[in-house]
Amino acid sequence: MLEFARWKYVVIVVVLFFTTLYSIPNLFPKDPSVQITANRGAPLDAALESRVVALLKAGGVTPKRAEIEGNNLLVRLPDATVQAKAADLIRPALAANYTVALNLATTVPDWLQAVHAKPMSLGLDLQGGIQFLMEVDQKAAVDKRHEAFVDEIRAVLRESQIAYTTVARTPAGVQVDLRRPEDRNRAQNLIAASAPELQLTQDPATGNRLLAVVPATEIKRVTDNAIEQNMTTLRNRINALGVAEPVVQRQGQSRIAVQLPGLQDTVAAKKLIGATATLEYRAVVDGNAVVARDSGVVPPDARLYFMRELGADGKPRPILLSKRTIATGDQLVNASAQMDQTSGTPSVSVELNKLGGDRMFKFTQDNVGKLMAAVYIETIPDVKTVDGKQVRTSRVSEEVISAATIQGVFGRNFNTTGLTNMAEAQNLSLLLRAGSLAAPMVIVEERIIGPSLGADNVQRGTQAVMYSFLFVLVFFLFYYKTFGIVTNVALLLNLLIVVAVMSALGATMSLPGLAGIALTVGMSVDANVLINERIREELRNGVSPLSAIAAGYDKAAGTIADANVTALLGGLAMAAFGSGPVRGFGITLIIGILSSMYTAVSVSRGIATLIYGRRRKLTKIAI
Amino acid sequence: MELFPHDSNYNFMRVGRASLVIAFLIMVVAFGAMATKGFNYALDFTGGTVVELRFEQPVDSDTVRQALTRKGFESPLVQSFGSSNDVVVRLKPRAGDGDATRSGEAIASAVRESGHPAALLRSESVGPQIGKELAVNGIYAALFVVLGFLAYVWVRFEFKFAVAALITTLHDVVLVAGWFAITGHEFDLTVLAGVLSVMGYSINDTIVVFDRVRENFRTLHKLSPVEVLNRSINQTLSRTIITSFVAFLTVLALYLFAGASLRGMAESQIIGIVFGTLSSIFVACPLLQAFGATKQDLMPRMRDDAELNRRP
Repeated sequence: MLEFARWKYVVIVVVLFFTTLYSIPNLFPKDPSVQITANRGAPLDAALESRVVALLKAGGVTPKRAEIEGNNLLVRLPDATVQAKAADLIRPALAANYTVALNLATTVPDWLQAVHAKPMSLGLDLQGGIQFLMEVDQKAAVDKRHEAFVDEIRAVLRESQIAYTTVARTPAGVQVDLRRPEDRNRAQNLIAASAPELQLTQDPATGNRLLAVVPATEIKRVTDNAIEQNMTTLRNRINALGVAEPVVQRQGQSRIAVQLPGLQDTVAAKKLIGATATLEYRAVVDGNAVVARDSGVVPPDARLYFMRELGADGKPRPILLSKRTIATGDQLVNASAQMDQTSGTPSVSVELNKLGGDRMFKFTQDNVGKLMAAVYIETIPDVKTVDGKQVRTSRVSEEVISAATIQGVFGRNFNTTGLTNMAEAQNLSLLLRAGSLAAPMVIVEERIIGPSLGADNVQRGTQAVMYSFLFVLVFFLFYYKTFGIVTNVALLLNLLIVVAVMSALGATMSLPGLAGIALTVGMSVDANVLINERIREELRNGVSPLSAIAAGYDKAAGTIADANVTALLGGLAMAAFGSGPVRGFGITLIIGILSSMYTAVSVSRGIATLIYGRRRKLTKIAI
Repeated sequence: MELFPHDSNYNFMRVGRASLVIAFLIMVVAFGAMATKGFNYALDFTGGTVVELRFEQPVDSDTVRQALTRKGFESPLVQSFGSSNDVVVRLKPRAGDGDATRSGEAIASAVRESGHPAALLRSESVGPQIGKELAVNGIYAALFVVLGFLAYVWVRFEFKFAVAALITTLHDVVLVAGWFAITGHEFDLTVLAGVLSVMGYSINDTIVVFDRVRENFRTLHKLSPVEVLNRSINQTLSRTIITSFVAFLTVLALYLFAGASLRGMAESQIIGIVFGTLSSIFVACPLLQAFGATKQDLMPRMRDDAELNRRP
């Protein structure tokens, strides 16, 4: 007979509660706002707040609200035009120490945010913005690694006074031709000890040839590093661009997707993305850097630099560095974070090429016990119009990312030890690698969506979903009467689940995603139709109403499972192989199909039981 | 309310042979169109640049074309869309796409400099190699779906059912793809998503009918396979039509309200739903008959038992 276990009702209530909770944030409209973030420890306080408000007032803009939220000062504004105007007013006054970005600030109340209930983020097609797809030239990174191995092998042979005719890269690997065949075993052992990554073989055809192959795992490490370091530099630069929620994401083997929502100025974006980073090792010069900064008097052989980290006064710590560089980024082969064996502290192990190693060796011989610093330099190309002509200029930003005492004489390999934690070591090694210029990037795809088109798409998309829902609800109400209501409640819960799951997963809603929701509605009715038709059929066969309902649900369940599993396969294929719109559509479809199976089979049965289950003498049901 | 008689007893299988011939002809035409006319691939697949501009004043597309040619853009394709203020510019793919000189902003400013103020609505610039990859991934996705369907239906039903369901699904997909080839409507990524979802929809519809066929084969021993097929179709007819009708309504809402960028997708789904429904009746079941599906196919266990019983 028609029964529905009590615990299943509990499940329904719990599902209803949580899906409502996690769907609600989508109802809160977002405030166009200007987000002000402090750079290099500039103060973020009430004084700044009143200064910003005064600036806006002078320009005739009245903000809805301005207050410090987290690490930002958020100025909420009534609409997007005022938002742009406000940003233009604030930016010139604060540009030196603050990043001024356009943002859509959430109005979700704190108690909802406390349980991590957040609205779905809008895709670029709904919000407007720029998207780049960058291709990282991995061949360049692999080439550079090969050259470093060639360098290293030559150095090893020279140090051990093994004569050779050639050490050169060939398509098969690095080919080493020794002068004397009797050196071959010794050379092989020495190279293996110095570069354990290499696979060394003796060429059987000749007596004096060694072949060093860079194994696939090492190639993969090099290419992965190339992507990772490019992503680090991109993130660093985009932060300077003033985008509130940028996305920098690896896509496939060799690509990086960059999404800059809200941004319209591709020229500025490309300028930053086209920036190059490098690295310089310099000696630290004795002297009081704070005095030098304040007085402007710098020792003749030195230059004033600033540390990345802040000093006690909340400003970047000044440091005096020698004008001579010891080694540069293009001489850096690798840098990796690790636990130091001797000191037990997190450390960064650095490997230079032959040239850099030689210079480092010469320098450290005379300077044990002194400090050495690593400077991270970014050059951002800029095109300015002067007297109607376009002039290429560039802006250079220099930051000291580490300063450490030289503990002994070293050459190509050394460790920077004494870092406070592993995260710091990882960060330093990332920056060092980013400065080593391993692999250039090119933009292979670019999409710009204007803000007006975005707003248009939101309106059209939601309208389409609304109408598709309306059509379905009205149809079911007429066609199945009471069971139409049951079905409609199940469908509405289905929509709620899809929205809640996508919000909780942090999925991005795009236009195809909205289409996916609409189509989910269309496909998920199938389960309900199967059940309702089956109930009708049972009734026609003369089964009593209650048994008919129970039989309808039971018999349809198998069919529903079969039909939905196959539809799921389609969604999976789109999510797995698709990119961009296809993928978003696929993911929405998967969530929709799964939740429709639950709502149709379980929830609607619960409701039907609630309506009919107690009425033992039921003779007729409206279906 | 009932839109369809529940006690229908149409003899669908009587026209089985004819409908298979029609389905075959449709596939021939669709393949022919794909082979001879090909698809009007969108930028997603071919690479190139597309820019949509909204001018403050109505503008002649020739003026825009000349302004761009003067600035050194080779053979730009300029069309109005929507109102005479809205213009779409297309450029052929070239090495260096995604490059600053070829981006939407560069085209927009070239047009603006000719004295026609315009706002950039949308621009896409895709390098040629990206398009190739997307096409390859699309083929992988379709293959995954095909093999997945085949395996699932084979396991849950039986090999003849799996092949029949697969051919039916392929028929629908080929038909939709053929439609896009014949009409020359733009084939972009969202249409690909639409086509893949048509596969899902089509197999879904077929499975529901097959499910009933399986059930009837197991319970109605006295009926011949053709009678079982006919009865199964008639029993599920009302469900088939209602589900399709509702799905059709939702896709229609997309087609009417969601705007130009989803129209292609909605179009593929409208066609897919209509023909996916018809094919589960007129293609899938006649194929089962042609393959000679009988109740024994679905009852391997009982046959085994019978054999065991015969042994001494």
